[in-house]
Amino acid sequence: MAYEIVVVGTSWGGLTALRELITGLPGALGVPVVVVQHRHRQSNHVMATLLQDETPLCVCEAEDKAPLEAGNVYVAPADYHLLVERGFLSLSTDEPVRFSRPSIDVTFRSAADAYGAHTVGVILTGANADGAEGLRRIVDRGGLAFVQLPATAESPAMPAAALDAVPQARVLTIEEIARAIAELPSPVERAS
Amino acid sequence: MAVPLTKSPSLDGPPVSYDTDLERIEIELLLEGVYRHYGFDFRAYAYASIRRRLWKRAEAEGLTSISQLQALVLHHPDAMERMLLDLSVSVTAMFRDPTFYQVFRDEVVPLLRTYPFIRIWHAGCSTGEEVYSTAILLEEEGLLDRARIYATDINDAVLRQAKAGIFPLNRMQEYTDNYIRAGGKRSFSEYYTAKYDGALFSPSLTRNVVFSQHNLVTDRSFSEFNVIFCRNVLIYFDRNLQQRVHALFYDSLVMFGILALGSKESLRFSQYEACYEKVHPREKLYRKVR
Repeated sequence: MAYEIVVVGTSWGGLTALRELITGLPGALGVPVVVVQHRHRQSNHVMATLLQDETPLCVCEAEDKAPLEAGNVYVAPADYHLLVERGFLSLSTDEPVRFSRPSIDVTFRSAADAYGAHTVGVILTGANADGAEGLRRIVDRGGLAFVQLPATAESPAMPAAALDAVPQARVLTIEEIARAIAELPSPVERAS
Repeated sequence: MAVPLTKSPSLDGPPVSYDTDLERIEIELLLEGVYRHYGFDFRAYAYASIRRRLWKRAEAEGLTSISQLQALVLHHPDAMERMLLDLSVSVTAMFRDPTFYQVFRDEVVPLLRTYPFIRIWHAGCSTGEEVYSTAILLEEEGLLDRARIYATDINDAVLRQAKAGIFPLNRMQEYTDNYIRAGGKRSFSEYYTAKYDGALFSPSLTRNVVFSQHNLVTDRSFSEFNVIFCRNVLIYFDRNLQQRVHALFYDSLVMFGILALGSKESLRFSQYEACYEKVHPREKLYRKVR
């Protein structure tokens, strides 16, 4: 199975966790990575800048209709939902879902529906249950699920909720998740 | 694939057993039917977001397939009204993205002072939050009496709401905060009167505002403008429709006119990119230069 997209969801403690994950990824990656972190509606591009400092991969805040390119990391902008379409991203200002915009569930669901079994979902540290249902959808469509080992999470609630919804998810440390993503068969590798 | 008989527990979509290829066919048929029967053209809306909105409506109507929704809206104009609200309302806030308004005040207002008369178009104004924001800003800069603001939307119901100028009282803390960060010069509460759970904005703010129905998808340009605001509306359109609307905006702007987009929208993927220069490196304010 070749994977075509990785979606990552996190909230409380997410910045530290994302830095660790991004640092662990190789400089050349065969898939795009889409990151959803809950944050205040007025927060700005600083998160993307902080992540960019950690990696040779290109990190940017997602703009509407931005094409999805392998090796790029797209961060959901504050105060928008981020929807994955086949080959590109779309934004929406529809109501928050369970008090969150961006909502991890919304992004994960759209990724699962657009990329089906070629989707990889990752849930990291977080203080609520967002993302559990979206991760379930990814697995139901045949995709792959990774969940941060709750004991290693700054806030274990989100990984624990994800595991309740997706018991078959692979439970690993962030470092191990990064390594597993690096080793995934990707369309680029398959073609070469 | 059989139509699922039980309602999905989710807030925005069908169960995983729902066939996604069939779903796409159903959505295309529904939008085609709505266009041919009612004249509202949603066929070039961005798929992922219109799909969410259609399912929200279907679930609110107690339905489990898009085909059922199609039958309902085609045969019942009142159901169509409800769906139209779901599809056309964009959720916004007063002084959304305060830094945008700060930059507008600092960089665009001085340009506007050079005109004897200023024509502004709020395209897709929805319930009017940003129209009132602009009116307040222009009032404080002494430009409102020199301006005419055309506030348009596809949807009559939201225009009536915009015209009424009543916004939820429980949003005022957020709006006040936005207003201050946007460089507001007065006390925000001067602009409204609290009544029950609503905040009624001063009717004098809309003394030069014309609210009118306009459909970005099917209607033509109706004037020449110095400024066009269209923030977080184009995100609901697919790339082809975005191009068509950019052509409309380009044709509707005077030379050196300003195009104001949402903070995550850009001209980068548009053929009009070369016709504009950026007013500010970060905010999505563009000036037509050729």
